[in-house]
Amino acid sequence: MGNYMSEKYLNRIMIALLIVLPWLAHWLDEPYYVSLATRVAILALAGVGLNLALGLGGMISFGHAAFFGIGGYVTGILASHALNYEPIFSGFISIPGTTQMLIIWPLAMLIAAIVAVFIGLLSLRTSGVYFIMITLAFAQMIYYFSISWPAYGGEDGLPIYMRNGFPGLNTLQPIQFFMICCTLLLIVLWGVSRLQNSRFGNALQALRQNETRVASIGINPLGIKLTAFVISATITALAGSLFADLNRFVSPTMFSWHTSGQIMIFVILGGLGRLYGPLAGASLFILCEAVLGGWTEYWQFFLGLLLLGVVLFARGGLIGLLTREQKNV
Amino acid sequence: MKKQLITTMLSAALCLVPHVEASPVKVGMITTLSGGGSGLGVDVRDGFMLAVNNANNSDLEVIIEDDGRKPSLAVQIADKMIQKDKVDILTGIIWSNLAMAVVPSSVNQGILYLSPNAGPSALAGKGCHKNYFNVAWQNDNLHEAMGNYANSAEHQNSFILAPNYPAGKDALTGYKRFYEGQLAGELYTKLGQTDYAAEIAQIRASGADSVFFFLPGGMGISFMKQYSQAGMTIPLMGPAFSFDQGILQAVGKSALGVRNSSQWNKDLDNAANKTFVADFESAYGRLPSLYASQGYDTANLILSAMQSADIHDKDAFRAAIKSAQFDSVRGNFRFGNNQHPIQDIYVREVVMQGDLLTNKIIGVGLKDHQDAYAADCAL
Amino acid sequence: MATILFLEQCLNGLQLGIMLFLMAAGLTLIFGVMGLINLAHGSLYMIGAFACAAVASWTGSFILGLVASVVCAAVAGALIEVGVMRRLYQRDHLDQVLATFALILISSEAMRWLFGSYPLYLDVPEVFYGATNLFGVLQYSRYRLFIIVVGLLTAIGIYLLINKTRIGMRIRAGASDRQMTAALGINISLIFTLVFALGAALAGFAGALVGSIQSVDIGMGEPVLILAFVVVVIGGIGSIRGALVGAIIVGMVDTLGRGYLPQLLQLVLDPVFANTLGAALASIAIYVLMIIVLIFKPQGLFPAHG
Repeated sequence: MGNYMSEKYLNRIMIALLIVLPWLAHWLDEPYYVSLATRVAILALAGVGLNLALGLGGMISFGHAAFFGIGGYVTGILASHALNYEPIFSGFISIPGTTQMLIIWPLAMLIAAIVAVFIGLLSLRTSGVYFIMITLAFAQMIYYFSISWPAYGGEDGLPIYMRNGFPGLNTLQPIQFFMICCTLLLIVLWGVSRLQNSRFGNALQALRQNETRVASIGINPLGIKLTAFVISATITALAGSLFADLNRFVSPTMFSWHTSGQIMIFVILGGLGRLYGPLAGASLFILCEAVLGGWTEYWQFFLGLLLLGVVLFARGGLIGLLTREQKNV
Repeated sequence: MKKQLITTMLSAALCLVPHVEASPVKVGMITTLSGGGSGLGVDVRDGFMLAVNNANNSDLEVIIEDDGRKPSLAVQIADKMIQKDKVDILTGIIWSNLAMAVVPSSVNQGILYLSPNAGPSALAGKGCHKNYFNVAWQNDNLHEAMGNYANSAEHQNSFILAPNYPAGKDALTGYKRFYEGQLAGELYTKLGQTDYAAEIAQIRASGADSVFFFLPGGMGISFMKQYSQAGMTIPLMGPAFSFDQGILQAVGKSALGVRNSSQWNKDLDNAANKTFVADFESAYGRLPSLYASQGYDTANLILSAMQSADIHDKDAFRAAIKSAQFDSVRGNFRFGNNQHPIQDIYVREVVMQGDLLTNKIIGVGLKDHQDAYAADCAL
Repeated sequence: MATILFLEQCLNGLQLGIMLFLMAAGLTLIFGVMGLINLAHGSLYMIGAFACAAVASWTGSFILGLVASVVCAAVAGALIEVGVMRRLYQRDHLDQVLATFALILISSEAMRWLFGSYPLYLDVPEVFYGATNLFGVLQYSRYRLFIIVVGLLTAIGIYLLINKTRIGMRIRAGASDRQMTAALGINISLIFTLVFALGAALAGFAGALVGSIQSVDIGMGEPVLILAFVVVVIGGIGSIRGALVGAIIVGMVDTLGRGYLPQLLQLVLDPVFANTLGAALASIAIYVLMIIVLIFKPQGLFPAHG
């Protein structure tokens, strides 16, 4: 191990930086860096969600954009209905829209969970590359449907004219919105770390390594995997909801396979199966996008080179590179 | 006493000269410079910068960034330009969906937005805004002109098709708004579709006397090649996007003779346009495109407003933009109440000049045309 | 008239299927033999199309363009295999996804650097222009017929190569047991490079054939890549026969869905609504198909052995 720092230490530094830097930017009156940090926190949250399925459960989902987009669209649709006072559903009971984050989040997560149960039940019958592709197919279905269905803007997307509200806070203030996102990220990180070390988490990790053995001691593999898949989807949907509020806009690109790929990149870039990996990955990716984009119009070329370099020469991702700790993945 | 009088007189005299203390104007350009469809962004940028360099006005500063055609990246760049670079004006976005992501929140923050290409209907009617100006066209305009042209060309039975997304629906609605004949068929294709065999078979079977299509980018190239390779001879019509200078060479001779609508062409006979075409060719070594002309006009509009108003007096500056006191390369140009153009839209035909495919104007599709949403705008 | 149109649409579906097969064959070969997920397959398709367009416009010969597309894509494939893929065989699928995603970014921007931001010109030769008469009733595009014939010949060629030649035997051996094959003194690295180059050449060839009736553009490979993956998964990963059957099914479903779904829905729904819904459903038809296939056959239609 030598001079390399331990992973725990590195995680603490990352969290400290994530909290301190935006406040510094806030005091220096540079709100752009606050929104950049907000973006990192939100995308890291999406990655933490995916990491649960990917890193812990070994379920390579290439369709998490579906949940990210559902979170976004639930937010956009509720907000747009609240703004023009049209009920979403009027039959025997009339459901109005809302601009309250505290109502939007649970709803976004609930709807994503329902969809995830459905997708999970069908997809978990397959494994390996077939699983990758069937999850991709579900996301693509939703993607094409959202483009061609005109009710909520189709491919033009749906603007959210006012960022949704949170009791006692002014969410239009970048630093306050950042604190909301950052707090949610920390809560979810804490929750996932508890989950990892629980009986459920152990069973999930055991399943990844040897499914037959786990089944033989009376644990139902499908139940465990499906639960993990659904939790993973709801976390990603929460991130999608926040992302919609950050951009004040939702569009079908949230459902595209590029989005799935990008969330996956955060996870792998940071270090697969490492709790804080997505945070490291998202930070590096967003930083590159922001910095390289200003330098050259061929910035994606260099981004590609960088990603390739990490895959080839830094097994275990960024965190693995910095700590030189091996992870049994 | 005497000295003071002279000073007063001098300053009074100075006031009579209509001179405005120029504050520097910072323009942020967000456009697509990488990946698919980047040709359009490159042309808008080049046209814009040509006008900026020609004007040589040191008070105008331009920052350019690439959005990679991703809405969330465009929003991120807009945040940066507004919050960090403190720009006064944003411009440059090519695509309607990116414009919808950036424009509403930017103009609400008091930033002026001048659109050099996209004109979604959501921003032209009820959603119009005093800080939003469209320097190109409302999305429906070119299609409307083609519908009107179809009447004068005595087409009675058009087959119309467009991709299944809002701009595609706007296109067909725009065509039908002016076209008076019958429809042999109406088709929505998949966005990004590259194979049109099924559609071409339907057109062949429909008995249409004309085909109107809106298929921007690679979709249009694919459609036209396959259409002529299949031996189809029913006349094609479309908006300028699939026949523009940049894309035309890729379509090849399949495009020859096709009628298309545009608010600009390089053979328009006015001084500003002649200068533009000549300067663009000598600066970049290629013929200018529609998009380049829109970028060029946008920059000149900003420069003209800087001559008569200070950017810090937002109302005055807006009024200066709205008065559109600049020499547009399209000739007549003014803004309607919703701050979208009122302009002539021409019908062009694709011709071969030497060994180069290009367009020549053959008529006017709609004269002094305003979009259909202006009445809904409260401005 | 309706019967003739239906016949023509079926031919169109077959032809789209054949084009997809050319793409999917390389993908499934690389999947099956090396267990490698190659997202950059679409980039090889793009490279083939660009090479063909460039050479065809320099020399004026479409045939030379086709040759160039095969050569360039094969060389690019071999370079990618030696430079990148070789290090990833033992890795997780995820590392392969990330690496090949990076390759997409690199090759797209490299092409833009070389050829500029606008689409390139590539047209079919004069002889293929126009339609030919089939069975006395049906006018059908000559070039599309040419694609069908060439595609079928390629399918037969690959089948013979894999099943009847010495090199094919070694490829099959390498696929089923890498260590054992190596122990028998066969240069397995060389075999893998060859397979990768072959897959790349097929993709490049498809890119050139298709590029001449579509648009030769940056990013042209991505929609085709996703379709090819759908084909491979429906057919069963690693199975050439599965790829052929899957491709034709996907081509048929997609073409007939576009041609007939809106009309069918108009029988029961309001025409405007039916048009919107029909177009929306047609665009997701193949994904629905894939999901149905996987529910009933989780390993695809023709599960490969091993």
